[in-house]
Amino acid sequence: MSASLTLVLLMSLMYAVGIYVMLERSLTRFLIGFLLVGNATNILIFLMSGPNGNAPLWTGGPEDADMVDPLPQILILTAIVINFGITAFVLALIYRTWWLAQLGDEGDTLPDDHAHDTEEDAEEVFRQVDEDDEAIQRVLDASNEHEDDPEPDPVQTARDTEVGR
Amino acid sequence: MNALVPLVVTIPLLGAAIALIFGQRPRVQIFVSLVSLTLVTAIAAVLLVAVDQTGTVTVNVGGWAPPWGIVLVVDRLSAIMLLVSALMLLGVLIFAIGQGIVDDDNETPVSIFHPAYLVLSAGLFDAFVAGDLFNMYVGFEMLLAASYVLLTLGGTGARIRAGVTYIVISLMSSLLFVGAIALIYGATGTVTMALISERVRELPMGVQAILCAALLLGFAVKAAVFPLSFWLPDSYPTAPAPVTAVFAGLLTKVGVYAIIRTDTLLFVDVPLRIPLMVVAFFTLLVGIMGAVMQADIKRLLSFTLVSHIGYMIFGIAIGGDIALTATIFYVVHHIVVQTTLFLATGLVERVGGSTSISRLGGLLKAAPFVAVLFFLGALNLGGIPPFSGFLGKIGLFQAGVEEGSWLSYVLIAAGAATSLLTLYALARVWNMAFWRSRGEVEGYQSPLLESLAESPEDSGTVATKQTSGLMVGATTGMVALTLLLTVFAGPIFGYAERAAAQVENPDNYISAVFPEGSP
Repeated sequence: MSASLTLVLLMSLMYAVGIYVMLERSLTRFLIGFLLVGNATNILIFLMSGPNGNAPLWTGGPEDADMVDPLPQILILTAIVINFGITAFVLALIYRTWWLAQLGDEGDTLPDDHAHDTEEDAEEVFRQVDEDDEAIQRVLDASNEHEDDPEPDPVQTARDTEVGR
Repeated sequence: MNALVPLVVTIPLLGAAIALIFGQRPRVQIFVSLVSLTLVTAIAAVLLVAVDQTGTVTVNVGGWAPPWGIVLVVDRLSAIMLLVSALMLLGVLIFAIGQGIVDDDNETPVSIFHPAYLVLSAGLFDAFVAGDLFNMYVGFEMLLAASYVLLTLGGTGARIRAGVTYIVISLMSSLLFVGAIALIYGATGTVTMALISERVRELPMGVQAILCAALLLGFAVKAAVFPLSFWLPDSYPTAPAPVTAVFAGLLTKVGVYAIIRTDTLLFVDVPLRIPLMVVAFFTLLVGIMGAVMQADIKRLLSFTLVSHIGYMIFGIAIGGDIALTATIFYVVHHIVVQTTLFLATGLVERVGGSTSISRLGGLLKAAPFVAVLFFLGALNLGGIPPFSGFLGKIGLFQAGVEEGSWLSYVLIAAGAATSLLTLYALARVWNMAFWRSRGEVEGYQSPLLESLAESPEDSGTVATKQTSGLMVGATTGMVALTLLLTVFAGPIFGYAERAAAQVENPDNYISAVFPEGSP
């Protein structure tokens, strides 16, 4: 089995840096380390696929013998997807930790604001939102009607006088 | 029959999707979860009978024959693990539903609990039926990702703190696992377990040992084997009671299952006996010494959990028919008993308002039925005859005597001491929390309560909460199951014996995957 020395060096570097960063207390640094080590592992899987070759598409020709091993590519793809999902979760966790840190001790006994909301409460909120929307729409309609009105905008006038002075 | 195997993974996954869509309708979610897990339990029971009578069932997913396609394998060991875990998941789900009804769904945010719980089940089942190392990794990742969500449910400070430890450790072990898979692929050119088993034997012993060590390191973290067990007692107890019960009963046992496969199928020639025995010795003793120190029942049980993993590692270390029979029986026993005890502790917490034995008291009078449930579980875990814990340990000790080396006698002594100390710790819980009257708690002086460590997340006594009939019913059902394990110990031991005979010779597994000879 032959392997690219550049990739081996890159992998070792990523492992080394990743593990070093992971040892920090900060969760954000841990995530960066995790990403580095995760991708270093992907390179490791890639290195295990052996020498380079043609794209793994079977055509029935004699050059198919030079096909690259497709299985590690599938494994890497799966590993990337899993790492992506985990990263999203850890980011959410970091945000939550930051938020709890801002709150201090309060964070441990945080009450749920909507704990006692009933369905009627929710409908009430939605009804209010609907009413607000309608009111805004009425104002907009009213202003449209007066679009051609020559009466000057009071704000604009004030600004003009300020500039002029 | 073959068509049933993929269903154990797909049904919970589909259920999770449906449960997520109906996030605003708790009743639909409950219905979907119950139906999926009941179906899986039924399928697992059918598979168990079929596999026992007609031999290992294999499925080539997508019609691609191994080693090109993914193969699912259910042999006797997988089948019993499937059935027991499905039963546990169902029992705990009913408990969780009961708790949700009483708490008006504030404690467990239902909209995410059910989907996460079902994904956890799917991952668990996938790990048990995987005949492919990478598929097993995917199963592990599924159950771990779901467990991260379940452990941090609600996102309170304590749970996030506990969750961070657990998540960081689990991610590290997953990276180790996938790294080990890459190395094994490099050495053998396959990830199909049956083929690895054959090809690995042709490698030099040094290479085999390194590959085996890399794989075992990942599994040992998951199984909470000393010295990689430190994370467990800090992370499990803060989760809601049903979540802790499932984690304690099942998640560590997936690690044990994977270690059994590594030792008996993947790396048959690597001499693991002595290293595993040493590790088992320390797991047993260090774990139980931690348990004796704890005032908090949940933490105490987490430490006994770590300690009792040592018994299973001991059994795997000895190897051979008798030891593996006892190990399989012990795994089944331990899954059921540990889950039950955590559920019973959940009831205790609600009745007594605390889980610290320095503050609990008078529970025997306040809740006699809960007391009986806890008592039966505790006796069983402590290994009092005639319960299944006693039978499992006797089997292990017998195998140890048969093995006959001085190390195995040392381990038998450590196992007996662990059993007694477990009993001591649980009897103390009984004395303090149940037997002591409520009025005595204030200013109580006893040598039993000296030098106890309270839980670092201890929040003092909180208001007692109601228990619903469903919660007590689920726990009663589980306790009944532990008693059935004792009553039907004969047939179950017989099954474990046949499973061990099958597992012990890797050729059984290989010929099931490659009926026409391996490529």
